[in-house]
This record gives sequence, structure tokens and C-alpha cells, in this order.
Amino acid sequence: MNIPTNLKYTKSDEWFDPATGAMGITDYAQSQLSDIVFVELLVEEGDTLEAGKPIASVESVKASAEIYAPAGGKVAAVNKGLADKPEAINSDPYGEAWMIQLEGAAEGDLMDSAAYEKYCAERTH
Amino acid sequence: MTYIPISPRERDAMLETIGVKSLDDLFEDVPAKHRFPKLDLPPALTEMEVLDELSGLAQANENVHSDLISFLGAGAYNHYIPSVVDHMLRRGEFYTAYTPYQPEISQGTLQAIFEYQSLMCALTGMEVSNASHYDGATAAAEAVNLAFAQFRGKRRKVVVSPTVHPQYRAVIRTYTQGMDLELAGDDPNADLESSPENLQSLVSEDTCLVIVQYPDFFGRIYDYTKLIEAAHAKGALVCVVANPTALAMFKTPGAMGADIVVGDGQPLGIPLWYGGPSVGFFTTRKQYVHKMAGRLVGETMDSKGQRSYVLTLTAREQHIKRERATSNICTNQGLIALGTAVYLSLLGKKGLRQVAELCYQKAHYAAAQLSKIEGMGLCFSEPFFHEFALCLNRPVEEVNAHLLEHGILGGYNLGQDYPALKNHMLIAVTEMNTKEDIDALVEALSEVSHD
Amino acid sequence: MINAPEQTKVKIVEPTIFDLSSPGRTGVTMPASDVPETALPPEELLRPDLPLPELAEVDVVRHYMHLSSFNYSVDSGFYPLGSCTMKYNPKINEDTCRLPGFLYTHPLQPIETVQGNLALMYQLQEWLKEISGFAGVTLQPAAGAHGEFTGVLIMRAYHKSRGDHKRVKMLIPDSAHGTNPASSGMMGLQVVQIPSDSRGNVDLKALEAACDDTVVGMMLTNPNTLGLFDENIEKVIELVHNCGGLMYGDGANLNALLGIVRPGDLGFDVMHFNLHKTFSVPHGGGGPGSGPVGVAAHLVDFLPEPLVGIIEEGEDDMPPLYGFVKPAKTIGRMKAFHGHFGGGMVRAFTYIAMHGPDGLRDISQYAVLNANYLQARLRGTYKIPYDRICMHEFVAEGRFEGSDVRALDIAKRLMDYNFHPPTNYFPLIVHEALMIEPTETENKDTLDAFADALIKIAEEAKTNPEVVKSAPHTTKFGRMDEVKAARELVLCCWLPENYSDQ
Repeated sequence: MNIPTNLKYTKSDEWFDPATGAMGITDYAQSQLSDIVFVELLVEEGDTLEAGKPIASVESVKASAEIYAPAGGKVAAVNKGLADKPEAINSDPYGEAWMIQLEGAAEGDLMDSAAYEKYCAERTH
Repeated sequence: MTYIPISPRERDAMLETIGVKSLDDLFEDVPAKHRFPKLDLPPALTEMEVLDELSGLAQANENVHSDLISFLGAGAYNHYIPSVVDHMLRRGEFYTAYTPYQPEISQGTLQAIFEYQSLMCALTGMEVSNASHYDGATAAAEAVNLAFAQFRGKRRKVVVSPTVHPQYRAVIRTYTQGMDLELAGDDPNADLESSPENLQSLVSEDTCLVIVQYPDFFGRIYDYTKLIEAAHAKGALVCVVANPTALAMFKTPGAMGADIVVGDGQPLGIPLWYGGPSVGFFTTRKQYVHKMAGRLVGETMDSKGQRSYVLTLTAREQHIKRERATSNICTNQGLIALGTAVYLSLLGKKGLRQVAELCYQKAHYAAAQLSKIEGMGLCFSEPFFHEFALCLNRPVEEVNAHLLEHGILGGYNLGQDYPALKNHMLIAVTEMNTKEDIDALVEALSEVSHD
Repeated sequence: MINAPEQTKVKIVEPTIFDLSSPGRTGVTMPASDVPETALPPEELLRPDLPLPELAEVDVVRHYMHLSSFNYSVDSGFYPLGSCTMKYNPKINEDTCRLPGFLYTHPLQPIETVQGNLALMYQLQEWLKEISGFAGVTLQPAAGAHGEFTGVLIMRAYHKSRGDHKRVKMLIPDSAHGTNPASSGMMGLQVVQIPSDSRGNVDLKALEAACDDTVVGMMLTNPNTLGLFDENIEKVIELVHNCGGLMYGDGANLNALLGIVRPGDLGFDVMHFNLHKTFSVPHGGGGPGSGPVGVAAHLVDFLPEPLVGIIEEGEDDMPPLYGFVKPAKTIGRMKAFHGHFGGGMVRAFTYIAMHGPDGLRDISQYAVLNANYLQARLRGTYKIPYDRICMHEFVAEGRFEGSDVRALDIAKRLMDYNFHPPTNYFPLIVHEALMIEPTETENKDTLDAFADALIKIAEEAKTNPEVVKSAPHTTKFGRMDEVKAARELVLCCWLPENYSDQ
């Protein structure tokens, strides 16, 4: 399980990069969902978000999930190319498969990587 | 106990294995005061008796095969069904199987649905088809669900042409009750003479979908290309409700630029059956496939390297997406869809076109003869397919009662849906009507006209 | 993951109907036109080409016969799919529903010419009322989910008619079918999930906490998807009624209740029937179904239009005149015409008429007997997480201590023993669920053979797990690459390129 130490995490398995404001879903989340075949981003550049608001909808061959904003703020950018390459969420969840970038983000109650690692371990049993 | 294959001795052995004394002991969780109600139902019939009773009920009807000559259409059409269709539908391997959730042992159903999807795409000129809806009306309502979901609820207006089948419009109204949508254009008092381009003025930036019918409820053929362009200019999607037989000869909605094509597949080899079951087809463009409701079959390969088929993109559907699904649909019309696929395979390129042209020729002959009758005439001058509105000089009920005395099932009374079309009858003619039938209709109508 | 052998060319077991096409063939010859010719409309209104396949009748028959041989069906073997009630479909139904008087009547014919159809529909409405204890029944809904949607519309209309506009929540147990939340979602309602307690009943504390004046109602399957009759059913209904909510019954599992208890008597306000489960309408490879809805007296006015009613009472030897009536506060129309008359109603009518009150009770008693017998045979080999007397179905766990064999593997391995697998991975509250519904139409030998196969597979999971994990081995087709299907999205086929030059 890849859990980068520079990122923060939510209980609903999103990652958030405090340095850049980027976010996406974690390696744990993509492995639980399995092969992702569809992603729809529900927000646009310029939207103002509150933490916990749905920002994307993801479907795999066997499951579907809503993805929530890990922090509030203004949407500075969305990854427009992701819709055409949903499998990137499986192959590169922290890189190519970033979903949106927030600006002036007000971080909610997020976990650091150690806490998130523990949280994932608890759920694999 | 007709279909229960367990002997009393076996039953007792099973009860012993379970560890209870009697069948009744299995129901102790059911509140005692309501347990084992006495049902007031007639005593059981044998197979011989039930066939007799059902035959009696069936014979109490006048059917359009042997009792009546039918000129009634309005959404359900009397076409010839080749013998092969029902022989295939009677295969227990098809009709007693469940939804193909286990693809290794359901390839028959899966490939048949894949072929049905392909045939529907070919017929409508579209890119993808689902595995079917309940009927044409509910398929039209599901088009609203697709469009509403496509714009994520940000566009809240649907423009419905008043010349869409009245019952289809009624179903759309029922389905959208909880969606806080505005339905525009759904007005039976609208100007029915005018061209579809008049709907353009109703399409706004808030419109998610425009729905028109082809041929329209009065049988008229319009090229909707301009309307579709105008709707697209406002960002709206367009759904065309189509008659599948007409699509054998007329320009496809796909070629006009439609985003969704729906309709009822009953004319494709499915009996009238007093209105159901039939099958609602639903085709669209690939870009909308994730918002489309209903099951979908896709091609793949199995572990032996064989081409095979599975239900795909199932995460869109209610059993996974639950309250976030576009629709709650689960059951489709699998067996009826199979029937249409067999029909289309049999008739093929030439046969279906031939059926459509026979309908066209006979309907035009009927229209020409009927409009010669004094006091009667065609309501509209636009090109039509196999249905047309006839203006009478007296109430439709009265005319139809007279026709029935002559063994003729007359046309649909348009006045019941459109106040302006009082004394107007919608007449349908198919390949099942011979020239003799049509001449009999003309003669019987001449009689009423002169009464 | 599936590892298809490396190869350049995919093997084709049965070509598609398009692959089989050859220019110039036809399966049907239509009569020539017998009317004077009319010119076709202008070219620009016509389609240039109709790319449908061309085959002779024998080609079509053989193609579909080949396809049919790839299917497992109730006619060919045991199909214990939980919550689907895959009972034997009596053959006489296939004959009655095809009587010419039913087959060739148009849905818009004057009522005087279709009294047979209307009498049958009226009688079926009455019978379903009697069986379920409801005051009114509509036959219009096309399937179970369609019936649910009808029911939810009725519940909403009822509250609205009383000026009660703040009700926005639908309570749904965590064991529910996905259609329940989806039907509520279609109405824009907020779904509140209610957990189950350790005995598989609705958790009363959680329910009580969720009950307030914003509740539209509760959608409950009883017996639930664990196959258990809720031991506190009357209390559950009381709690929902006390907060002003309505009780919706998902009739998917009605095969356990015929002549055992009437949902209307228990206090349910609305319920859909699945004529294709309980009343032997065949499943047709995924439909058509038929999903009539029954309602209690206070909801009769909201039923969809039209219903079949008596227009003129009969006298002495004159039967009444049946026709259509519109309920006073109807929610509207659910589909075009009158529901699945031929495919659903005639078959269900035939079935009920052949059973009578005692026969219907036998159906449920033997359905429950068979399920409990299988449960008793499998207890000890498979973990039954909610282990008590079940109704018509039960749920076992398809996993074993120290083995990585999963429910899916067990399901696939059952195919090698010539059985259709049970429902798996549902209900969601059981890990690796195997949901088994034998129905009343299976004999003891079949049930024993099935139990033996499952016990054998449990052994294999320990001694030879690979054989289970790579199953099925004896079927014509192996496991499918579902990822390929979803990623490549090949959803239809066409005539071959350069077809007309052939």
C-alpha cells in the first residue's frame, strides 16, 4: 500500500496535498474499487466548495463511489483529461489521476500518513 | 399440490432433519392472530378445467385475427408475425432462464441481447442500445432521466411536443412528479397544424431535453434536423420517439442528429396481447452511455479465448449505485427483445423494407379512397407513413359503433385527447389489411356519411 | 484476474446474426401489394440503406437454437437463485396466454369487445386483494421495480394530499434490495439506512430514533433478504405508523407467505407483487416481469389510472359489464395501455386458478420446508450467520477459515456439478454471501444432490483450492474478462465491411 508521507487523508479515502492544493483518491481506495472504468467530475473551475461536498463520481467493474472534497476552497483547476483515462486512477492515484486543485483551502480534520495507514490496516480485517 | 414433487414420506423425513414436527411449526415467527388466514378463493381447477375456463374468457373477446378487420393503431399495431418467432420464444432454455448474471451459463441470452442491441442501433442509426425498457412510454420517461442526470439537475425544463402519444406524455408526467421539472409544450390545445420548428421557441438555456415523435401521433413524417440543430445550439438534448417499422424506409433519427431514440418494439413481431408485454427500445450516442439506465451487454473474451458477452457497466445500476442510480430499473423485457431480434433477423434488409412499403402503400390507398367520401377529409397535408387523421361529419363513437356492426374495428378517437380534433379519427393501415378490407371500410363509412 | 491465453485471433463459438448474413437471402416473403401504387415521399425523407442482416429461415432457426443451448434454465436444472424464486413454470401457462382471443386483441378496442380480458383482469385484481389483504390492486406496473416506484409515488401523493409537505425521508433496512433506495432516489427522497440486529430483524432502537415527522415511510422486505420473518414485525409497523409514516412491503419474497399471513392484515399500507416470482410467470432471461401493487383502503384513491371496474352490475344470467375506472386522486399513468396482460396476467390467473386456497398455502409451506431442509443439511459445513428457522430462503457464508476460496469461486464451481449458483454477494450485510432459495418445485433428491455438491466443494476448498478458484471447468464458456468488456465497450456489431460486394 502506497501512502505518501507528504499528503493528508480523509476517512472517505481521499488524499490532499497541502503544498499544492491537489486532491484525488488513495491507493487503498482504488484497490478496493478495483478496475475503474468511469469517472465524472462534478465541479468546475471557479466553483467554491465546502469540505465534504461530492466532487466526483467513480465507477469500477463492480462498485461505484462518490468522492468528496477533503477541504473547502475555490476550485483552481480540474483534471479534464481524467474522464478519458479513468484507468489512471488505478495505475497512478497520486500523480496522473489528481482530480481537482483547490486554492485557499481550509483544511478540515485530516489524518497524516501514519494515522491513515493505521486506519487502512484496521479495515482490511 | 400440482407442482410440488415431494411425497408425504419425504416430507416427514425432511421435517425430522430440520428438527420440527410439522409444516406449521415452521411459521412460529408469524404473529399467531394473523397466521394461516382462510382465503376466500375458488377451489383449485385441474389443467383440463382451467383450459376450458380460459378458453371461455378468450372467446368472450372479439379479436382482430378472426372476428374483426382492424384499422386501430395509435401505438399498437397489427402486423404479421412469422411462425419462427414464437417457436424460438417457446424454447424453455430462453424463457425459463433468469437475468444473465452468470455469463458462463447464459451466453445464449447474452449474445441474443447483444444482437438485439446491434439491430436496434442499425434501425435507429445510433451508436449504443441498452437491453430494453418496459415499453415505449417508459423508455421516453427514462430519456428524461438520462438528460436530467447528464446536466446534473442544472437544467430543469423538458419540452414535449403535443404530438407525442398522449399516453407517453401522461407517463412522462407521472415519472417526473418528484423531480421539480417544468414540462413545456405538453398542451393538447396547442396548434397541431404547425411544424415542429415551432417548438424551438420553447427551448431555452434551461432545457435539458426536447421530445418529439416520428412519425408523430397523427402519422406525419417530419425531418427534425433543423429542430435538433436549434436545440443543440441551446445545449439541450433531443429524444425522438420512433415507430420501428417506419424506420425501415424513412431517414433515421440518428441521421437527423438525435441524441436519444426510443420507441415501442411491439410492431417487430410481438403480438398485440391487449397491450403488453411489449418492449421499449432505447438507443443513444456513446458519450451518454454512462447515464443511460438499464442493462447493457458488451463483448469480451472468456478464459478459453472465446468471444463471449457479459453485462457491463453494471456499476451504473440500482443494485450497486442504489439511491444514486439514474433509474431503479432492474427487469428488462429480455424475452420480448429476443422476439424482435428473431423477427428482424428473419425479415432482414429486404423483408422489413417490404413490410414498411406495404403499410405505406395501403395506408395511402385508404386515405385517397376515404377522402373522396362526401363530408370526410384528411386533416393534415404533410407526408405520412401508415396512419392518418380523418375528419368526419359526426361523432367518432357513432361512426365506430356502425363500423363494429360491419365487423370493422374503427380508428382511434382523437377528440378524447385533443379538443380541437373532435370528430377526428386516427386510422392505421398495415400489411394485414387487404384491398378488400380497405374497400369495406370505405363502403361502411360512406353509409354513415350519408345517413 | 483472468488470464486469457496469448493469441492473435479470438475463437468464435457462434457467429453473430450479422456475421451469418449473406446478400440476397431472406427469411420471409411478404405478399405483393394489392393496391394501386402511390409515389414514395421525396428522397430526402427516406433512408438510403437499411443495414440489417439477410438470412434464410433455416439459418435463423439454427442460430437461435445454438444460442439456446448455451443457456442454463429452470427447465434444464436446479436454479436456487436467492430472492428470485426460480420455480418451475407450468407449461399450460404457455398455452393459455397464447389463446387467440388474448393474443390478438388491441389495447384500445371498445370495452364491449374485450369483456373476456377485462373479466380476467378484474378477477385477478380481486384474487390478489384476497391473497394479500389489501383493499385495492393495480395491475399496471410492468415489473417489481416499476411497482415500487408506483408505491413510492402513491405514498408521496398521500402525504401531499393531506398538506403534509415536510416528509422527505424513506427508511430502508441495510439488507434491502437496491431497487428500494433507487425507487426512493427517483422521487428525490432522502434514504435513511436502518441497521439489522443480531437476529436479523430490523434494529428497533435505530428505527425508533429515525422515526419523526419527516418520514414518508419505510420500505421493508418481509421475510427479509436473509430469508427471515421479522420477529418484531408488528412493532416495526407500529413505530412507522406512529410517526405518521406509511409502510411499504417489497413483495419479492411473497412466495413464503401465501396462505400463511396477509401483509395487509399485518398493517402494511402498500406492497408490490412479483407475478414473475410468486405466480410462476417465467423470467424470460431477464423479463418481462409484472409488478401489480396492492394498497390499503386509505390509499385506494391514489392508485394509477386506469383500474378495471364494474361499469354495470350483472343480472341473473347476465354477466356484469367491465370497464376502466379512474381513481379520484390518481398519481397518473405508469405505462402505456394496461400492464403486462398476456405475458403476466393470463399466466398468473391460470396459476392461481389451478391452486385454490389450499394449493397456494402448500406452495409456501413447501417452499419453506425445502429452504429449511437445505439449511439443516449445510449447517456445520457452511457458516449460517443468522441461524434460525428461515422462510423460503437463507443466507450462508461462502468462505472458510484459512482458505482464500470466495463465494464467487463456490458459485462457479457449482456449475461443474450442473447446478445454477445461488445469488452471491447479496445481501450486503453478510460477508461472501450465498443466498439460497430452492422453491417448492424441487424434490428431495435434487436438494440432497445440491447439498452434497456444496459439501464436496467445501472439502475441495481445503484439499484442492485451485480447482475451485479456477472453476468452472466443464462449461462451454469459462470465466469472462469483465474489465476488457467495460474498458473496450464493444456494445454492438455490424454487417462486415464491403458486405454488399460479397
